[in-house]
Amino acid sequence: MTVRDALNSALDEEMSADPKVFLMGEEVGEYQGAYKISKGLLDKYGPERVLDTPITEAGFTGIGVGAAYYGLRPVVEFMTFNFSMQAIDHIINSAAKSNYMSAGQISVPIVFRGPNGAAAGVGAQHSQCYAAWFAACPGLKVLAPYSSEDARGLLKAAIRDPDPVVFLENELLYGESFPVSAEVLDSSFCLPIGKAKIEKAGKDVTITAFSKMVGYALKAAEILTKEGISAEVINLRSIRPLDRPTINDSVRKTNRLVTVEEGFPQHGVGAEICTSIVEESFGYLDAPVERIAGADVPMPYAANLERLAVPQVEDIVRAAKRACYRSMPLAAAA
Amino acid sequence: MAVWLVRSRTFVHSLSKKMGFLGVYPSRSSWDASFMQYSSSSSAILSLVDNRYGSRPYGFFDNSATRFLVPRFKSTEPERDLDSQHIKEDEEDHDQALDFPGGKVPFTSEMSFISESGDKRVPCYRVLDDNGEPIVSSNFVQVSKEIAVKMYSDMVTLQMMDSIFYEAQRQGRISFYLTTSGEEAINIASAAALSADDLVLPQYREPGVLLWRGFTLQDFANQCFGNKADSGKARQMPIHYVSKNHNYFAVSSPMATQLPQAVGVAYSLKMDGKNACVATYFGDGGSSEGDFHAALNFSAVLEAPVVFICRNNGWAISTPTEEQFRSDGLVVRGRAYGIRSIRVDGNDALAVYSAIHAAREMAVREQRPILVEALTYRVGHHSTSDDSTKYRPLNEIEYWKLTRNPVNRFRKWVEKKGWWSDKDDSELRGSIRKQILQAIQIAEKTEKPPLADMFSDVYDKQPSNLQEQEKLLRETIKRHPQDYPSYVPV
Repeated sequence: MTVRDALNSALDEEMSADPKVFLMGEEVGEYQGAYKISKGLLDKYGPERVLDTPITEAGFTGIGVGAAYYGLRPVVEFMTFNFSMQAIDHIINSAAKSNYMSAGQISVPIVFRGPNGAAAGVGAQHSQCYAAWFAACPGLKVLAPYSSEDARGLLKAAIRDPDPVVFLENELLYGESFPVSAEVLDSSFCLPIGKAKIEKAGKDVTITAFSKMVGYALKAAEILTKEGISAEVINLRSIRPLDRPTINDSVRKTNRLVTVEEGFPQHGVGAEICTSIVEESFGYLDAPVERIAGADVPMPYAANLERLAVPQVEDIVRAAKRACYRSMPLAAAA
Repeated sequence: MAVWLVRSRTFVHSLSKKMGFLGVYPSRSSWDASFMQYSSSSSAILSLVDNRYGSRPYGFFDNSATRFLVPRFKSTEPERDLDSQHIKEDEEDHDQALDFPGGKVPFTSEMSFISESGDKRVPCYRVLDDNGEPIVSSNFVQVSKEIAVKMYSDMVTLQMMDSIFYEAQRQGRISFYLTTSGEEAINIASAAALSADDLVLPQYREPGVLLWRGFTLQDFANQCFGNKADSGKARQMPIHYVSKNHNYFAVSSPMATQLPQAVGVAYSLKMDGKNACVATYFGDGGSSEGDFHAALNFSAVLEAPVVFICRNNGWAISTPTEEQFRSDGLVVRGRAYGIRSIRVDGNDALAVYSAIHAAREMAVREQRPILVEALTYRVGHHSTSDDSTKYRPLNEIEYWKLTRNPVNRFRKWVEKKGWWSDKDDSELRGSIRKQILQAIQIAEKTEKPPLADMFSDVYDKQPSNLQEQEKLLRETIKRHPQDYPSYVPV
């Protein structure tokens, strides 16, 4: 099942199960979704439940939040999370903080979803990763699926959750196909929020990743196996709340950590994971934590530069080797 | 109501599907014609509805508390196009129109620009003159003695509460306050005209709406003092009231965010099929925010039952309206979004009451947004963090405070009706003053909220990391009790 179909089926099933769930965003209706994620939903549920909005992220996010204030369960789509910056006041000040500021009187069961991070050749204003920014905010939950199973289970969990959830998809993963079990295809399937998945068990080094980077980490793990390093790959799934127990347990087993993310390095997800390990499992570390992130520049457009600005499989392999004291000195590896 | 909604949206949806964008939409002229009928009698209102969507159940707003004068809707008619002289209609080409996406458009061979302003400003609806006398030809929604007396009492209460709480801030007893001075009529009269089921999304200068709905002086004091008796658990700074029980959404600091939220709430109401509307307030300054544009635009497209109430009080902190916008106030913007609008004298309680009453009825009955611009003056400073004498003349403030005072004006009317006397007034003021001072005393002495309230409500269920933090904090307090303030319960 492709990730696109996984998301579509999850939306379909949740809309069918609960009449309060509705979808809104630019092009989600007649156009079947900018990335065809909402294909067929307008015809099935009608224009009251699949709303094509005018072009104002701030506007329709505010409207979605208002609808959630009064008991509906909106799923607000951003054509890309880069555009969510125009609505970020509503996401943080109107949605994330409302339950707290109103002493539990006003809850906001809303989901913000859309593609996040770099695609291919779309330049600086379409390529930023927002996981770290949103995950810094109390009141929000932030999810990042990788496989079709993740997409289905986490989107269903997000829609059912009474708190505001930011759901970070990835454009390049939409077309990728993953095997799914019968359990995943069942309409009651749901994954827990806040639990990471160990995609591949290992004993020499822990590699954490989310979204597209999970695929890269798995490829890196394959290469490492050939060189005699057994890597454990953790698919974070949930950026906030972060599954600190799983990550810490893994590092206590392997004693080495490489964090991988596509976004900017400063104040990123990897920085938080590293701190978590230092706070809880410092004594277990046999090597400094390696942090792989995107380059600290706005995403360049030229294909060769773009490739250099985003982590590649080789970067992850080299980092894992460094953590295992197997690499060449840094200068030669550059 | 929900069924009606389905019909209206799918009507347009299926129409556009069948006919494509070159098709014929319901033409402007039939719209105008049916609207003209609107003012003549209530049966015409029903036929307006019948014309477009077939028979519907009506009569579910039997509001027996008020009686209508028949010609009342004349004042709510939209201003006929003032600028028609600038657009010559080519009589021979009347039947010739151009097809464009969006419908047929008559064309003209004369190039002329629509003027940036009408030759005169949109007139302002008022019922009482400055002496509280009903203007001879005015039509308005009658108000019973009970409602009128409650309106006046609440206006006085609001005025006194503002004055005393402001002083309390000046004395350092609360950290912040802002007053509604000069806008008591807008606050109370609009609240009186709404029903208790209508949802209110305020900006921050509308505590009078909460007061009308039953929030007590003690409730206000508790919130301002941030004690444990506050229904908002002292999470917010003063004047940021919230009360789900009174259908009053939380006051939120970022400006105008409540406007698109109001449209969302109204959309939710529509899907519920409830007989209620949403009323949302904002000022002349807030109307410059991007959210204002999105909200009004969307509300018209979604056909949401929202009453947008603008308190145009002339000042946004130190920015006067001439520097805020160049349009003729807010009322003219309604048409730009396809929204029916009215301008009303915000210091005339009866005019505000009538306008909001009519606006609400239209919003609910026709499932459409309405824009009401209430002209007024912000007598007080923007807040306790402001000194407005720094940017406006003292005599201007005094003029509005003394001669254009909405509370005094309404008092004159109520007294002339024989419903109020000087004795009643001094008794009321004495009693209110005592109550407010007592409320402040009690609020000041009440304990602050306990530690547990810091960590709850971040999420629906407290997550493990917050449980750990709370535990850690309690342990730290146990180990170092001398460093923990004694007046905060654990």
